[in-house]
Amino acid sequence: MRELALHILDIAENSISAGADQIKISVNEDFLNDLLTITVEDNGKGMDAETLEKITDPFITSRTTRQVGLGIPFFKAAAEACDGTFQIESEVGAGTKVASVFKHSHIDRMPLGDITGTLQTLIIGTPEVNWVFEYVVDQNCFVFDDQPIKETLDGVPLSEPAVMKFIREMINEGIQDVRQKVSSTI
Amino acid sequence: MATVKSLDDLKRIREEALKKQQMKETSGKTEVIVGMGTVGIAAGARETLKTIMDMIENENLSDIIVRQTGNIGLDSFEPIVQVVLPGEEKVTYGKVNPEMARQIIKEHIIGGKIITEYQIMG
Repeated sequence: MRELALHILDIAENSISAGADQIKISVNEDFLNDLLTITVEDNGKGMDAETLEKITDPFITSRTTRQVGLGIPFFKAAAEACDGTFQIESEVGAGTKVASVFKHSHIDRMPLGDITGTLQTLIIGTPEVNWVFEYVVDQNCFVFDDQPIKETLDGVPLSEPAVMKFIREMINEGIQDVRQKVSSTI
Repeated sequence: MATVKSLDDLKRIREEALKKQQMKETSGKTEVIVGMGTVGIAAGARETLKTIMDMIENENLSDIIVRQTGNIGLDSFEPIVQVVLPGEEKVTYGKVNPEMARQIIKEHIIGGKIITEYQIMG
């Protein structure tokens, strides 16, 4: 995969497969410490210690249905290739948290890519999940929570053209706004 | 300064959408499903789905439900797009790139005609 946004999409798919109805994605660009941190946190069914241990190994799988495939080993390898770390924590019945840290300036670090496209795919394509997206660049933060949007829509589907446009622009503007604030303070 | 999207804007959008719905007969909704497993994503499924969403937005196509799903189980045909018109059988398309997705929207979803050369399985 060529973008971190595609990895995020893939990891979030695991959360959906795990039956989560609350999924939070965070992207934190910390230029001061030269770190880029991505976390995906869900309230899905979680995994026991044994499964958790196997999950990062691409050649061991106990799955009967394709719930978790090569996505996690790929994401882990991407972080480790950039002097980064990969962490996965999980508790049966409580959920799973995946966190990847990259050296921001590392030459092999993939670009973030089309974050809006990833979020649109998840939000519009899986309306039964409550999606929260948090984007932090240094001390500036944008938080997108689709719950108030769904409440306001009150039954009007997210795939209504004007609604899709609204969501796309809202996320794009939020991301741009955080980036602009940062560049204007430098 | 970016204009911040407010929920008031969304309320207006909702009113408009409801008005449109009332004018129409309830003929049921068309469903478009894109497989979004690891293999699908690596093969470009997000771009395919993004194209479909952009088309819906630009052509102002109401009453289409867009869904993404995990692995459909046909790895070598990813990206996979399934179309279900109201009251009709599910049609599965394989190796759908953005250009093919545009064609599927135009010919199948708007025009009602299955593109058999892109179809896989039956």
